Amino acid sequence: MISTKKITFSYGKTTEFSFPDIYCNEGETLLVTGSSGVGKTTLLHLLGGLLRPDSGEISIDNTAINFFSERKLDHFRGKNIGLVLQQSYFIEAFTVLENVALASWLATGQQKTEKAKQLLEHLDLSSQLHKLPSQLSIGQQQRVSIARALINEPKLLLADEPTSSLDDENALKVADLLEQLAKEFKTALVIVTHDSRLKERFPNQILLS
Amino acid sequence: MIAKLAWRNTWFKPLSTVLSIILLTASVAIITVLILLQKQFEEQFSSNADDIDLVLGAQGSPLQLILSSVYQVDAPPGNIDYTEAKTWMQHPFVKTAIPLAFGDNYLGFKIVGTTPEYLNKFGATMENGRVFATNFEVVVGSEIASKLNVKVGDSFFGSHGDAKEGEKHEEAAYKVVGIVSKTGKVIDNLILSNVQSVWAMHDSHDHNPAHGEEGHVHDEDEEHHAETVISEEGKEITAVLLKFRNKMGIVLWPRLIAQNTKMQAASPAIEINRLFTLFGIGLEALAYLAYGIMLISGISIFIALFNTLKERKYEFALLRVNGASRFQLLQLVVIESMVLCVIGFFFGTIFGRIALLFISKSSDEEFKIAFNPLEFVWEKEGVLFLITIFVGVLAAVIPAVKAYRLNISKVLANA
Repeated sequence: MISTKKITFSYGKTTEFSFPDIYCNEGETLLVTGSSGVGKTTLLHLLGGLLRPDSGEISIDNTAINFFSERKLDHFRGKNIGLVLQQSYFIEAFTVLENVALASWLATGQQKTEKAKQLLEHLDLSSQLHKLPSQLSIGQQQRVSIARALINEPKLLLADEPTSSLDDENALKVADLLEQLAKEFKTALVIVTHDSRLKERFPNQILLS
Repeated sequence: MIAKLAWRNTWFKPLSTVLSIILLTASVAIITVLILLQKQFEEQFSSNADDIDLVLGAQGSPLQLILSSVYQVDAPPGNIDYTEAKTWMQHPFVKTAIPLAFGDNYLGFKIVGTTPEYLNKFGATMENGRVFATNFEVVVGSEIASKLNVKVGDSFFGSHGDAKEGEKHEEAAYKVVGIVSKTGKVIDNLILSNVQSVWAMHDSHDHNPAHGEEGHVHDEDEEHHAETVISEEGKEITAVLLKFRNKMGIVLWPRLIAQNTKMQAASPAIEINRLFTLFGIGLEALAYLAYGIMLISGISIFIALFNTLKERKYEFALLRVNGASRFQLLQLVVIESMVLCVIGFFFGTIFGRIALLFISKSSDEEFKIAFNPLEFVWEKEGVLFLITIFVGVLAAVIPAVKAYRLNISKVLANA
């Protein structure tokens, strides 16, 4: 689960954000919405430990992360936070399976290839295991990033505009999949989006302004 | 895993990788050849000149005298009178004096008239048979024995001069009485007899009625014959290798001999030093060229790493998101550069040795000097390896630091 208390962040002096408090339990889904420029991605990066807040507190699984050292934060992020980004990025030289297994190695020091295989099969990618990511369709690529985000069974799953590049049918499919996986992996799911299709889909919402 | 990633990344962009490796390979190969050549060349030259303080021979180029008598690579400047040489050979300053008389060859291998002391000078022992004792008995160097498959008891005719195609001395055959053990020195490529055999071979010409082609005029100074015991009077030899008991001789004799006789005394140490200085300029220029190529390969690695940095920043950000530390990114970039360097060094070492093999083949044919491509000069090649690695690290520094300081949030937000 994740909770925040009065976090603020600023880019220089011109852009300052103060965010409403957020709370999301394991297995639940929280939608963060708002038009562009209100700091949706900034909030996501703060929650994911990619940025540090100027003030306030972020705690994941009852651990305050804002005072961690850089190295410890990297480690914590790898182990406890899964990120699904707007665009799917991969290690281009690694196969799909290796990409997912690499995430487990970076977080724990062990390559969980078997588990990565099961997870990818679970996400209907069993025939793509040994292909390069660039050979996959966008939808498949996104499912690979979801698998990669979940390989370490994180406490928090963050998704940044996961449906923006998908058609209606696939957008709902991905939404269903993410919600279902969050329950299955007992992880708190925070989705940042301005996609109105998702606003109708998830009741638990916070609007940034 | 980071290493595996580095390895895969290296081959994911094969073109720039191959370019960097080719450049590194070229420079390492050239330097390896230079290292081996220089070492083995100097080794061969100095080991052959061991125990020779001065060489007594005909006037002319001192370098030619040294090359012909010590290294057997050039024609001698001329002959000297044996009786005149003898007065110097028996001087109390002299510890050993080894006469050398060149005359004939057998299939291009020189037949040298000398004393058994010549064998001792090289520390050579007999592998088979015994040392030559009477006229026309020869011992054969190990290289010749294996190349021409010569055995003890064989006999052959020599050809006049040092050319294979020289006229044959068919009136008397040399008889092989021994094979010399392998020494790695010039003696491996020589056929040795006593000095009298060389004299006798050339004396006997006039006795042989069947042997009278016109233009055969090599023995105008060798008109003393008709004795079965060959007199030393008026006979000539090519050179004398001198080792002194009193080191004053090394300093005094060259001048003394030049002033008082028609001969000269040359020091192998000085002449070879002169030769090396000449060579040295060429070798140095080549070495600079090779290091220049290495610098270029370093720049090529730098450009390859730096260029891909822009497209790879997402990959780096992704690694960080997945829990990689900044240090691991630094490691990744440095290892990628290192992979190129190690591969380049590996191939360079191999190609350098292949090149040396070819050089050795042609130098063996022309000068009877062979090089061993399988030798490793650990110290110098170790330094070369460190330099290569250093180039790799240097090329990786800026890209690695850039990767280290990457702001992942910014990279991902601007996507």
